[in-house]
Amino acid sequence: MFKKFSPSTDVSGQTSVKTSVQRSIRSNILSQWKIDQDTLEQFWPKKESLILVKCRDHISIYALHGEPLFFQHFDGPFYPTLRLVHKYPFILPMVRIDRGAIRFLLAGAHMMCPGLTSIGGYLPPPENEIKSGTPVAIFAEGKEHAVGLGITKMDTEEMRRVNRNIGIETVTYLGDDLWAVRSL
Amino acid sequence: MASTTEQPTSQAIPPIKVRYCEVCTFPLEYCEFGSSFTKCKESLLEEDQDLYDKFYSEEALAKKIGTLSVEDQTKLEKDTAAKEVKAEKKADAALKKKLASQVTIKRIERNKRKFVTSVHGLEAFDVDLKKAAKQFAQKFATGASVTKNPQGQDEIVIQGDVSADVVEMIEDGVGVLKNVPKDNIVEVEEKKKKGGD
Ligand SMILES: [Zn+2]
Repeated sequence: MFKKFSPSTDVSGQTSVKTSVQRSIRSNILSQWKIDQDTLEQFWPKKESLILVKCRDHISIYALHGEPLFFQHFDGPFYPTLRLVHKYPFILPMVRIDRGAIRFLLAGAHMMCPGLTSIGGYLPPPENEIKSGTPVAIFAEGKEHAVGLGITKMDTEEMRRVNRNIGIETVTYLGDDLWAVRSL
Repeated sequence: MASTTEQPTSQAIPPIKVRYCEVCTFPLEYCEFGSSFTKCKESLLEEDQDLYDKFYSEEALAKKIGTLSVEDQTKLEKDTAAKEVKAEKKADAALKKKLASQVTIKRIERNKRKFVTSVHGLEAFDVDLKKAAKQFAQKFATGASVTKNPQGQDEIVIQGDVSADVVEMIEDGVGVLKNVPKDNIVEVEEKKKKGGD
């Protein structure tokens, strides 16, 4: 999503977000992410006002004091930035790719099922199946911190069953052009 | 309010502090996948021997290979080395390009005795054009804005003939112009075409 993204040319404007809109974003995030109000309050205090940074291709980045916190494509789900996931790794459901897949992800590739179903990979057990179309944090074999974020293109049980094609579409990853944006 | 009850008022989960590499910006454990692995390691060794050992001792290296086959590991190492060479070449080329790129200051005649001044090429020296335009506008108490020239590149257009003053400001390295080398300035004059079309 953030290939060849440059704040100087791809940002069309910044506006502060109205209180009523902030309230609805807050409640959406509380229902979409695995996070409680107090923890959310730590990085997005109620009294602070978010800035909406409108970008090309209908990407909206929400920032506080210039630091990007989360983003949205059209009116899809809210994704935390990867740096936010590093601080709060539990807010999105997690999957893991094997070591062999890391360099492909870091080149921007989408994640194929075998990289997730192999011994080094991880998908949640059937009772915690992740449905298709869910934002996930992508961890990596032998690493402590998430390497990227993506959205599932099929249910995780289906990934196991079919074991080919793209299982997770990569949304952002270490070193992409969103990672390079420290402040907006 | 506080200290009378045992219950904490906040259940907030504190954030994890991730140590990021000062060279490649990745979490330290991912340096091996970046394009500056050698420099990353050198910098960490200098700053924190313990952490260095945690990631790069023989033991740690053997462990991290995980389920990767020997061939794949070799491939990865080759890949990293190639990436490094490529990144260095790219940085070299970028530096050369930067040193060779010009800042064009053009005096343009709009009407008889009415001029505007355009400044093009500052972005090659990491100047924020909007900030620079604001600085010019304030300094000359006139209008200045960032616009696209016919070639589609950004340039700053200042109302009035201030080309000599702009040159002087760059030479003095005022404000956001501090990293623009004066040797790269080119002054041009554009006369109003006679007759018109
Ligand atoms: Zn590094």
